[in-house]
Amino acid sequence: MISEKILYLENLTVSFDGFKALDDLTLYVDPGELRCIIGPNGAGKTTMMDVITGKTRPTSGTAWFGRELDLLKLSEPEIAQAGIGRKFQKPTVFEQLTVFENLELSLAGKKSFIRTLLARLSPAQQKKIDEVLDIIGLGNERNKPGSVLSHGQKQWLEIGMLLMQEPELLLVDEPVAGMTPQETERTAQLLQSLAGDHSVVVVEHDMDFVRSIARKVTVLHEGRVIAEGDMDQVQNDPRVREVYLGE
Amino acid sequence: MELRRHPSILAGGDWKSTGFLGVLVLVAVIVPLLNRAVPSTSSLHLSAYALTLVGKYMCYAMLALAIDLIWGYCGILSLGHAVFFSLGGYAMGMYLMRQIGTRGVYGDPVLPDFMVFLNWKSLPWFWYGFDHFGFALAMTVLAPAALALVFGWFAFRSRVTGVYFSIITQALSYALMLAFFRNDMGFGGNNGFTDFKEILGFDLHSDSTRVGLLVATAFALAATYIACRAIVSSRAGRVMRAIRDGESRTRFLGYPVESFKLGVFVFSAAIAGVAGALYVPQVGIINPSEFAPINSIESVIWVAVGGRGTLYGAAVGAVVVNYAKTYLTGALPEVWLYALGALFVFVTLFLPRGIVGLLPMKDKHR
Repeated sequence: MISEKILYLENLTVSFDGFKALDDLTLYVDPGELRCIIGPNGAGKTTMMDVITGKTRPTSGTAWFGRELDLLKLSEPEIAQAGIGRKFQKPTVFEQLTVFENLELSLAGKKSFIRTLLARLSPAQQKKIDEVLDIIGLGNERNKPGSVLSHGQKQWLEIGMLLMQEPELLLVDEPVAGMTPQETERTAQLLQSLAGDHSVVVVEHDMDFVRSIARKVTVLHEGRVIAEGDMDQVQNDPRVREVYLGE
Repeated sequence: MELRRHPSILAGGDWKSTGFLGVLVLVAVIVPLLNRAVPSTSSLHLSAYALTLVGKYMCYAMLALAIDLIWGYCGILSLGHAVFFSLGGYAMGMYLMRQIGTRGVYGDPVLPDFMVFLNWKSLPWFWYGFDHFGFALAMTVLAPAALALVFGWFAFRSRVTGVYFSIITQALSYALMLAFFRNDMGFGGNNGFTDFKEILGFDLHSDSTRVGLLVATAFALAATYIACRAIVSSRAGRVMRAIRDGESRTRFLGYPVESFKLGVFVFSAAIAGVAGALYVPQVGIINPSEFAPINSIESVIWVAVGGRGTLYGAAVGAVVVNYAKTYLTGALPEVWLYALGALFVFVTLFLPRGIVGLLPMKDKHR
């Protein structure tokens, strides 16, 4: 039986001036799954995210979100609207806006100029923002501008901003880089609590962190998938040991 | 709860807006009184010249609001806003030219003097309708808005941003200035329009008409301020600030960044057009030098000096810098441009939040 996937990437190739950032990459993601993608620098992790979010167009291959949406035919805002949220490596919250306003702007819904000009916060939206503030643990910071948050708080706010859009698929790029151990632990709990309701794809270098959260790990190398499975399987794969662990 | 979410400008939501609108009301009451009710022998009497000067400053303040709306809040540095100001001015000038009628030097009932001089036999098609005040008024908004729509559509769609956008707006100013200098454009060549007689039947040289224009300008400035404040306090205003601080991030949130920029740019151009339309009957002349690139740059300096991203700061900057200009170009004309440059450098280095940055920050978040 072929189960329904949420993301289908098939035979993706992206070349920049002859250099293949992705080389015939094929990857599927299940609904509600928490997937970690690891790989050495230049393995194509970020390029893969760029293709999914419409920032980069592949030279060949296909990318489908569910069975209905051809990601290669959609623009960046359309993909975001369709339910794919991306958290960037560097936290990019709006520093001049408060935590509350950052979340408000991230609300799902109509986003045209005229609509936002007339928009009023509905009780349901207010409730949604309060819920997300609760999940990311920034209730006390709601009226502080983004610029005064700590690094970890910015990362959580950014995850909160993704949650506001009620995405089906969350792409999270190096969430714990630069975090303290306490912040890392808090982030692990946060991501695990999100899986199930959302599919979460995490790109991360920190192996301890990956081990602590991952059920399924995909290893990329030179634009290809070289191994996939649970952490133990992957770590014992000879090819992975060769390219990633340097043995 | 979140009271700030529904800011009421008139109900005293923030004291700076209330103060600004209060000052405007005072100007609209006291300045006419000083001119009309105080006898001309009194030292408190305000001359017609001073009256016009106040009106002129308020037109500049409107232009500054237009610039602050897109630059201070949306991060788009337009160095071409004098173009929209001038187009509004020209549209009003065309109406005023048609009002001259047979009182021109050549006495032609239809053709303005410069057309008779050029041996033109009939009115060009684009002059049709400008004998109606309502039509001309609509054009003072529509002409600049249409140009901004076309120009902005191409620029923003191609993702021309930052300094590149500023440079092409300068090029636009220069191109239009050269075009309006040409006699066969049908806008009076380098002389532009002048020798206006009346507006809506009122003599433009009488003090009571000047007072009327001043009050109308104060009203327009207040309305513009309220409209701009409503925009920047709306969710769209927060999206604009988000675009200013992280354009591609905003795009990823699903906002059509280009249409926000275009919408704000067009609205801003329309404000500049209305400011120009109010300016021309008060100063009595419009010519192609109004398009000059330096005018656009000067108006950006007003906003920087007053304090960008505050609206009232832009208006304060426009008045302060222009008062200094009026004074210095009279007292020490050769010093003015150096003074302007020095002021800009001083403000950039020592007052990054402009003159109004010296005010106490009551609202912890602007």
